[in-house]
Amino acid sequence: MDMHRRSLSAPAGLAGLGLAGPAGAEFALNLPPPATEIAQRIHDLHTLILWICFGIFLVVFVPMFYALWRHRKSRGHAAHDFHENPRLEVAWTVVPVLILIGMAVPSTSVVLAMKDTGASELTVKVTARQWKWEYEYLGTEVRFASNLATPQAQIENREAKGEHYLLEVDRPLVVPTGSKIRLVLTAEDVIHAWWVPAFGVKQDAIPGFVRDAWFRVDAPGTYRGQCAELCGVNHAFMPVVVEAVPPERFAAWLDEQKTARAAVQAASARDYPLAELVERGKAVYAAHCAACHQESGKGLPGAFPALDGSPLVKGPLAAHLAIVLDGKPGTAMQAFAKQLSDLELAAVVSYERNAWGNKTGDGVQPREVAALRK
Amino acid sequence: MDATLAPHAHDEHPSGLARWLTTTNHKDIGTLYLWFSLAMFMFAGALAMVIRAELFQPGLQLVDPMQFNRLTSMHGLLMIFGAIMPAFVGFANWQVPLMIGAPDMAFPRLNNWSFWLLPVAGALLLASFFVPGGALAAGWTMYPPLFMQGGIAYDMTILAVHVLGLSSIMGAINIITTILNLRAPGMTLMKMPLFVWTWLITAYLLVAVMPVLAAVITMLLTDRHFGTHFFNAAGGGDPVMFQHIFWFFGHPEVYIMILPAFGIVSTIIPTFARKKLFGYTSMVYAVSSIALLSFIVWAHHMFTTGMPVAGQLFFMYATMLIAIPTGVKVFNWVATIWRGSLSFETPMLFAVAVVCLFTVGGFSGLVLALVPVDIQLQDTYYVVAHFHYVLFSGAAMSIIGGVYYWLPKWTGHRYDERLGQWHFWLTTIAFNVTFFPMHFLGLAGMPRRIPDYALQFADFNQIASLGGFVLGAAQLLFVYIVVKCVRGGEPAGDKTWDGADTLEWTLPSPPPYHSFTTPPKID
Amino acid sequence: MSEHAHATTSYYVPPPSRWPIVGSCALLAIASGFVLLLAKVAAGPWLMALGAAILVYMLVGWFGSVIRENQAGLLEGQVDVSYRWGMVWFIFSEVMFFAGFFGALFYARNFAVPALADAELVWPGYAGGWPTAGPGIADAFTPMAAWGIPALNTLLLLSSGATVTWAHWGLQKGDRRQVKLGLLFTIGLGLVFLALQIYEYGIAAFSLKTGIYGATFYLLTGFHGLHVTLGIVMLAVIAGRVFAGHFDAARHFGFAAVSWYWHFVDVVWLILFVFVYWL
Ligand code: HEA
Ligand code: HEA
Ligand code: HEC
Ligand code: CUA
Ligand SMILES: [Cu+2]
Repeated sequence: MDMHRRSLSAPAGLAGLGLAGPAGAEFALNLPPPATEIAQRIHDLHTLILWICFGIFLVVFVPMFYALWRHRKSRGHAAHDFHENPRLEVAWTVVPVLILIGMAVPSTSVVLAMKDTGASELTVKVTARQWKWEYEYLGTEVRFASNLATPQAQIENREAKGEHYLLEVDRPLVVPTGSKIRLVLTAEDVIHAWWVPAFGVKQDAIPGFVRDAWFRVDAPGTYRGQCAELCGVNHAFMPVVVEAVPPERFAAWLDEQKTARAAVQAASARDYPLAELVERGKAVYAAHCAACHQESGKGLPGAFPALDGSPLVKGPLAAHLAIVLDGKPGTAMQAFAKQLSDLELAAVVSYERNAWGNKTGDGVQPREVAALRK
Repeated sequence: MDATLAPHAHDEHPSGLARWLTTTNHKDIGTLYLWFSLAMFMFAGALAMVIRAELFQPGLQLVDPMQFNRLTSMHGLLMIFGAIMPAFVGFANWQVPLMIGAPDMAFPRLNNWSFWLLPVAGALLLASFFVPGGALAAGWTMYPPLFMQGGIAYDMTILAVHVLGLSSIMGAINIITTILNLRAPGMTLMKMPLFVWTWLITAYLLVAVMPVLAAVITMLLTDRHFGTHFFNAAGGGDPVMFQHIFWFFGHPEVYIMILPAFGIVSTIIPTFARKKLFGYTSMVYAVSSIALLSFIVWAHHMFTTGMPVAGQLFFMYATMLIAIPTGVKVFNWVATIWRGSLSFETPMLFAVAVVCLFTVGGFSGLVLALVPVDIQLQDTYYVVAHFHYVLFSGAAMSIIGGVYYWLPKWTGHRYDERLGQWHFWLTTIAFNVTFFPMHFLGLAGMPRRIPDYALQFADFNQIASLGGFVLGAAQLLFVYIVVKCVRGGEPAGDKTWDGADTLEWTLPSPPPYHSFTTPPKID
Repeated sequence: MSEHAHATTSYYVPPPSRWPIVGSCALLAIASGFVLLLAKVAAGPWLMALGAAILVYMLVGWFGSVIRENQAGLLEGQVDVSYRWGMVWFIFSEVMFFAGFFGALFYARNFAVPALADAELVWPGYAGGWPTAGPGIADAFTPMAAWGIPALNTLLLLSSGATVTWAHWGLQKGDRRQVKLGLLFTIGLGLVFLALQIYEYGIAAFSLKTGIYGATFYLLTGFHGLHVTLGIVMLAVIAGRVFAGHFDAARHFGFAAVSWYWHFVDVVWLILFVFVYWL
């Protein structure tokens, strides 16, 4: 509980509204500390607007509460008879217009800066799926998925919750500091929103459409956020984690990813004994399938079918492979053909056919999967 | 029964259930609306209690995530379509004819149907909890493609909303016609009580936007079942198109829920300030401008969808403009209070709280209207705080205030003033304890519509939940006060409030079953 | 407002009526039946049919009462004005219903499809343009040409607008033969329009499932067709009443309402012709 992002710069304006958070530092009262210039400008804009609103609030309600107290009938106050005052009425129409113009000018300049995605140095394609993010460094072959890393046991209160409960992933997005990163976002199933508060970036990822956003972060570090658009059962469990590293470290990291990828491709080129496939499949299943179909293979009734005992899983291989490769449009079951390598696909299908009560005893080899891909 | 055509042969009406099923009397129908609304308020509020209980601590305790999404979606949907809107129509039914000196609504039979469609929709929605797959869990906003993944309950929701829309449209046409055509001789438009004005404009908004909602949910239905591709990119459609059409309805809808509230506040304050409403004419113009502006601001709910910069700027500026007419209203209320002769019976307490707290909600709306800030706050608890300030402490609290104000007229009995005061203070304090911390939660980055959250949000959530439980309990007290007042109490007198000057106070309390059968004369 | 100030005969408030609750039961049955139908339960269509039957019973009963009240002279003066306002606002709500669908068409053509054509990352090679079935639907289709049946239909509907006005003139000058003839012509033209529309659906080289083009085409023309059907039914009822001797030069709100409705259906078609078929 001690790693809270705190902000003590809570404007007194809020306190003035009558209900300040207790003075303890446990309570974050403002936007999180900005890590980008845009986020800083948003932060300042918000503070400015808050003070203006607080000022107006006082101007309006101090007189009102004064009247509530002074002009009471019980104090013997008699009602005055007036119900119009053109000059006053014009004033309180015109003055707010001027105030609003004063707010619109700085806002407009921030909007223009936020929307300027040109001249970026690195473009990352973000693909949202139920309930994970996939990052692809355009122009390289590097691509991976980023899943929630918080164990189910913590969520179900069977274990103490970790420091970054629900805000941790297996593989964060890695970016170099100091360069303008452009994100192009899309989604496969439903709308999600990629959001890192410290960057001042929140952008919906819309199935079938491409949207973009950008950020430039200077301080190395880990930045955390969450999916910000209701996307189904596990919407709460779809965090975004970005690791900003110095450019040299980033270059090295990118090279590592490329070699690792080549190794995966090489590994898909040969055959494996069934036992090894099942063994590897168990890990793939845990990472990619268990969120819905559950470790136990029992699924969640009403939402996700059980794979344990499923006639489809125990039936002909072709149909089983087909649903895993192509998914089922219009349902949460997504196409895994592009997400997983031939070996991983072969492994997970072999695993499902032999795990739990499904003792079919058969499996599938990576080359057979490759043949199906066309 | 219809065969009896003589105009006054029906002062005798059937008794028991048949009276309520067949009634053409605006007072009976208003009563039905109000009870229905109260039931829905309690039910949707009970769902909110479960939401707050689940959010009391991090981790999953009471409900699984799917169940949680159902609670959230149905809480929002039922509060809006089941509690707030029917309550205002109930007020319109009781008060519009009384305030303009009309014998009844323009189309009494249609009026009955408008009400009796609500239980149909209510039955569909309640039944949807029990069908395979469970009730709507895609948010009250029903965004596709998530909406496409739902089961049979989603179709039931669509049909229920169709029925609700039909009811609203017929109700609105009835109200408009009543106001335009049934005013007592001498009551010109600019002499109408402000409550009647706000309802005239609200009804206009309803007729304009409910059909658009009907159109867009029809597209959802055909996308789900008949193979159309309105909201599917593969077929050249666009999920964001749903949002545009939905919010073209949705934004005017939020003013549908606040304009009658403004009307109630504008009725209560002059009564207890014993002073005429300040700036009547500018009030009328303000309400009209709010209504007109409400048609061109819808995309402020969609700033994070990534629309072109010109779109963002246009919708930002247009949205900000609404602060002007709304400000005029707030200033007028304060000026009405200024140098009045004030007393603080329960209705007045609620009205004053509405003015103050609605403004807080208006300000947070203004903060959200600024695109850069909204990018940070969209879909966070800051939005939840905003709309509960305008919806609970704006709409719901003026409804409650209005009930206290007119209950003596409707029942002939005074409500229990001491309990009323208790109810007010409990509600107002608990309300702020519940929802004010949500501003901080949103700023700190807590998304809405989540059953579980990161640890740094724990403290404020706990406070909000505790506040929420007290808020819920306080509403049980409200039900008790209302029931007690209906069943008996000190006689209210014809003119319960000495500062009141609208026509209903010239009638006995309760008013006769048929009032103003000969129109009163207005000078 | 002053003309009814003499009112001792006050506004007509109908007695308690069972029609609304019957109508609610009908809608509940229709909606539940529809849900069952969508859930592929066999009872669904039957329940819907039952609901529809109750609805027809309700409409006949309800409008029957209104007509009787009208003939008894209860719906005059101020009540008549109410009915006029009611009809005006009802038509306004219908306009907004169509506006929703036209909005979808407009948005798809001007925003969604161009954005998809730009989205090279997701839909490589998709060119956009209108008409289109979208980037993910490969089958070629031929859109409906404007200058064949649709143009003819435009002519038919426009003439029917003229004939109904002609009938109205007949009513105003008390020429009942002209009224009857005008109404019959109007109904005839409407029926031919509908027949051609159904024929056009039959020969169309695309369906509801043909992407956004098929979706907007069928929902817009389909809902228009439904409104034409409803209009014809209303015209038929009015014709029946004319033959039964109802209406005179001064008192014919029912007639006027139906003709307003018919003109509304006409105008929607014109917009439809321009934006769905032509441009
Ligand atoms: C009764 C309902 C109601 C009302 C009246 C309002 C009023 C306003 N709303 Fe709100 N709003 C909702 C109900 C309502 N809203 C709901 C339900 C949602 C969420 C929907 C969902 O996603 O589920 C929402 C969401 C919402 C958003 C989208 C947030 C997001 O999802 O990102 C925005 C953004 O612009 C917004 C803005 C405003 C503004 C500017 C007003 C203005 O009308 C407020 C004007 C009032 C004032 C400003 C105060 C008084 C004025 C003065 C004292 C004058 C002087 C002031 C100045 C010059 C500043 N609202
Ligand atoms: C007018 C509308 C209205 C009103 C009055 C309320 C009232 C309340 N709302 Fe609601 N709310 C919405 C409209 C409204 N809400 C909308 C539109 C949403 C968005 C939905 C969406 O995201 O799709 C929302 C969402 C919403 C959320 C966010 C959920 C999420 O994002 O996951 C929360 C969380 O705290 C909440 C809480 C409350 C509470 C505590 C109350 C309290 O004021 C309630 C007070 C309690 C009672 C009135 C009940 C009293 C009854 C009992 C104590 C028990 C009696 C029991 C029986 C009779 C069985 N609401
Ligand atoms: C986001 C949720 C989700 C994830 C992740 C997911 N599935 Fe599914 N899966 C579904 C849903 C929903 C269905 C049911 C589709 C339907 O309605 O027919 C399904 C169906 C299936 C079926 C068919 C079951 C049957 O009996 O019809 C198989 C096999 C399957 N999934 C395998 C997998 C594999 C292998 C993975 C991981 C590589 C996986 N799924 C990951 C949601 C998911
Ligand atoms: Cu993905 Cu919410
Ligand atoms: Cu809005």
